[in-house]
Amino acid sequence: MSALRAIMRKEVSDHFSSSRFLILFSLIAMVSVLMVYMAGLKIAQDLEGEVKPTFVFLMLFTSSGIGFPLVQFVAFFGPLVGLILGFDSINREWNEGTLSKLLAQPLHRDAVINGKFLAGVLVIGVTLTAIVLVITGLGLVTLGVVPGAEELYRIFFYLLVSLVYVCFWLGVAILFSILFRSITTSALASLASWIFFSFLIPAAASAAPPLSGESQTGYVMRMAELERTLSLFSPMRMYLESMAVIVDPLRRTASALVAVGRNEDISLSRFAGPLSLDQSLLMVFPQIVFLVAILVLCFAVSYIVFQRREIRSI
Amino acid sequence: MPGQPAIQTQELCKRYGAQVAVDRLNLSVAEGEVFGFLGPNGAGKTTTLLMLLGLTEPSSGTARVFGLDPRRQPIRVKRQIGYLQENMGFYRDLDARQMLDFIAELNGLPAKEAGERARAALRAVGLAEEAGKKIGAYSRGMRQRLGLAEVLLKQPRIAFLDEPTIGLDPDGTARMLEVIERLTREHGMTVLLCSHLLEQVERVCTRIGIMITGRLVAQGTLAELRTAKFGVGGEEYTLEQIYLRYFRESTA
Repeated sequence: MSALRAIMRKEVSDHFSSSRFLILFSLIAMVSVLMVYMAGLKIAQDLEGEVKPTFVFLMLFTSSGIGFPLVQFVAFFGPLVGLILGFDSINREWNEGTLSKLLAQPLHRDAVINGKFLAGVLVIGVTLTAIVLVITGLGLVTLGVVPGAEELYRIFFYLLVSLVYVCFWLGVAILFSILFRSITTSALASLASWIFFSFLIPAAASAAPPLSGESQTGYVMRMAELERTLSLFSPMRMYLESMAVIVDPLRRTASALVAVGRNEDISLSRFAGPLSLDQSLLMVFPQIVFLVAILVLCFAVSYIVFQRREIRSI
Repeated sequence: MPGQPAIQTQELCKRYGAQVAVDRLNLSVAEGEVFGFLGPNGAGKTTTLLMLLGLTEPSSGTARVFGLDPRRQPIRVKRQIGYLQENMGFYRDLDARQMLDFIAELNGLPAKEAGERARAALRAVGLAEEAGKKIGAYSRGMRQRLGLAEVLLKQPRIAFLDEPTIGLDPDGTARMLEVIERLTREHGMTVLLCSHLLEQVERVCTRIGIMITGRLVAQGTLAELRTAKFGVGGEEYTLEQIYLRYFRESTA
């Protein structure tokens, strides 16, 4: 246990003192502060004259001042944080010959990978929490509202799911750093997978042309179906869907398009109030489970590959 | 257990595909011995060390370190062994003290004791003055000495020293050999020394093993090896001549 702690402590201090992390962190902090500030101004303008607006605070995360809302920003660029923290974690130690020195000490081999992973989780957690706290502060200033208990719970879950999502990408990067001995290769592989899952798959989902003789409704339905299928392969979609519901109590569906008949329409309009937190969570439970599952899977694969590596090649 | 060998292997083999790295190795090193492990590059010495440390799985045969099986009890075995590897790596952004503190923490030493041991180890290898410098700025010889300090810090019962004097200046080499001799004399430490510098091996080692293409072709004291190759009365032959004789016969 003390070995795991020692490795974790060293990794965390390495991360926090590396210029790579500092640059990335200040970049993300700057962009998100700017985005939220603009969103705040816009919300204040929109709410002008409204008597009793609800859940104003959460709008900071979902409404877009310039470009896109914060939730989407994290969905796109959160993975970069995970990738940058992890892509050279194992292969750098290989190349510099420190890995066999570590392993010659009285520790189990998994202490190395667990320590590195946990250190990454801690750093990501601190980063996300810091950004959310700054945003909360900014919200107080620009909107002049204090978040209620319900909103704080939702922000907590927002943080938790974001942590899982970014840590999944940390896991991907660590896996590549075990699979590839060259740091450049693992960096490229990490970037490639990020681009593939975050940009290409969503793009492919919206690129299908209508079939000849297909009705407009039929096309829209088919596209929605296609998107749903493809999103099974896109962690970003899963994250966005769950986020949309968690930070917006008025959302009652995770998908972008739902076909409603007359009866559903009536019942939907009858219950137009905001959902309670547990109902929102229940709705996106599959998405959250999916994110946790791919995180666990990714870590498990890295763990097994690392445990079986022949040391002589280290 | 008294009289138990520090290291014992029986028919130890390691194969990588069709290539045999270690071939039916039967090695026995008693506690307190300084065992010189000789052989050309790629003879399988390092592989043997890794198998004894439990870092590499043997293909067949058994290895024992103080009666412990490195495959089953790797942690207890690694507690007994200090390993100075060839071409070892360091964290360049740490200084020597931080590096030693990290190693001490990995070994679960309490902070106070770790500090004392680290100071003593740095003094012993002559790095006390440079302890606050980043390792990235160290010369090769200084790193090598820091590596030895890491071994000393652990106070192991066995030290595996793989090419410990490479890159050291004459003073550093003399100091290194001195430390090795003192450790065995004062602390009864067992040392397994791999080196190509046969003069040094001749000076400090009590017994010698010669390994060529995975096979241990000879083991014994210098006198025994000499007699085996040159007969009685061959006292004038140096270890170098004996080694070359073995090498040429085995590769012929």
